[in-house]
Amino acid sequence: MSADHSQAYANDPHAHAHDPHAAPHGTFQSYVTGFVLAVILTVIPFFLVMARPIESAGYTAAIVLFCALLQILVHMVFFLHMTPKAEDGWLLLSTIFTIVLVVITLAGSLWIVFHLNNNMMPGGIMDDMIREAPPPSN
Amino acid sequence: MSASAMAAGQPAIGRTDFYLVEEPHHEAGGFTHLGFWIYLMSDCLIFAVLFATYGVLGASFAGGPGPRDLFDLGLVALNTTFLLISSITYGFAMLAVYQGDQKKTLMWLAVTGLFGALFLVVELYEFYHLIHEGAGPQRSAFLSAFFALVGTHGLHVTFGILWLIVLVVQINKRGLIPANVRRLTCLSLFWHFLDLVWIGVFTYVYLFGVLR
Repeated sequence: MSADHSQAYANDPHAHAHDPHAAPHGTFQSYVTGFVLAVILTVIPFFLVMARPIESAGYTAAIVLFCALLQILVHMVFFLHMTPKAEDGWLLLSTIFTIVLVVITLAGSLWIVFHLNNNMMPGGIMDDMIREAPPPSN
Repeated sequence: MSASAMAAGQPAIGRTDFYLVEEPHHEAGGFTHLGFWIYLMSDCLIFAVLFATYGVLGASFAGGPGPRDLFDLGLVALNTTFLLISSITYGFAMLAVYQGDQKKTLMWLAVTGLFGALFLVVELYEFYHLIHEGAGPQRSAFLSAFFALVGTHGLHVTFGILWLIVLVVQINKRGLIPANVRRLTCLSLFWHFLDLVWIGVFTYVYLFGVLR
């Protein structure tokens, strides 16, 4: 039974290539290309932070972030085999929808808390106030 | 529609049906790929919330140690390497699946599981080391958020390995039947997705943490 099926796959590797709902899959070359790109995009940020060839933390952070976004894209294309046509476009649509939600969640949280921290008293002041406050009178 | 017409599966002649008389034919598991992808997208939202939590609390050290004191980037680089290698070896396992080569599939799956396990070992060592130093999740809001985010990712990898072991047993028993190929495809999405989330973790938590 199992041998029959593996035989079927072996004889006709494209048997399910034209099925619109079949998972898209890569080739040896696409996996290796993706892997090499991912390694490069991992080595660059680690090198930048561990060796600090660039003085400015801001520039370093910008390049590190850029590498991360690029590597996410590399993984999507070469490992997850995302194409605009996969699943009649629903794959891409659901992904874009999720990215929108993720951006709202992350940007919104950081934005709100940035203002929250601005409105908080700096650490020391609260302690001083407690220390200087008159003892409660009963 | 009358019962007899329904039984025959034929639309009644001379009248208009405003609905599908017959369910359109779907092969078993035809939408599994898309369905599993949508599950992964919901998982993505869980991680987004944990990232947001870390972004909010990541600077609240409560007088305790910060990322610069705690994180060992060499260890993180090692971990990243393990996970990336496991990603491509899973890719090779999928290529073996499409060739119908069961032995090669099992071999690459074993290699993938091994590198996944190595990743977990390094991560557990890191956690043990942090807790041993008194930098456990209860030390500060920063560490709570850190353990929640990185721990959730580690838990995902753990369950991924568990799933991989179950599939190895299944393939040993039943071979590369279409159902098993479908399951392997889903796990491949899961596995590559975890590597994708790890890019966010090592960039945002470790590299930015040390940079700050």
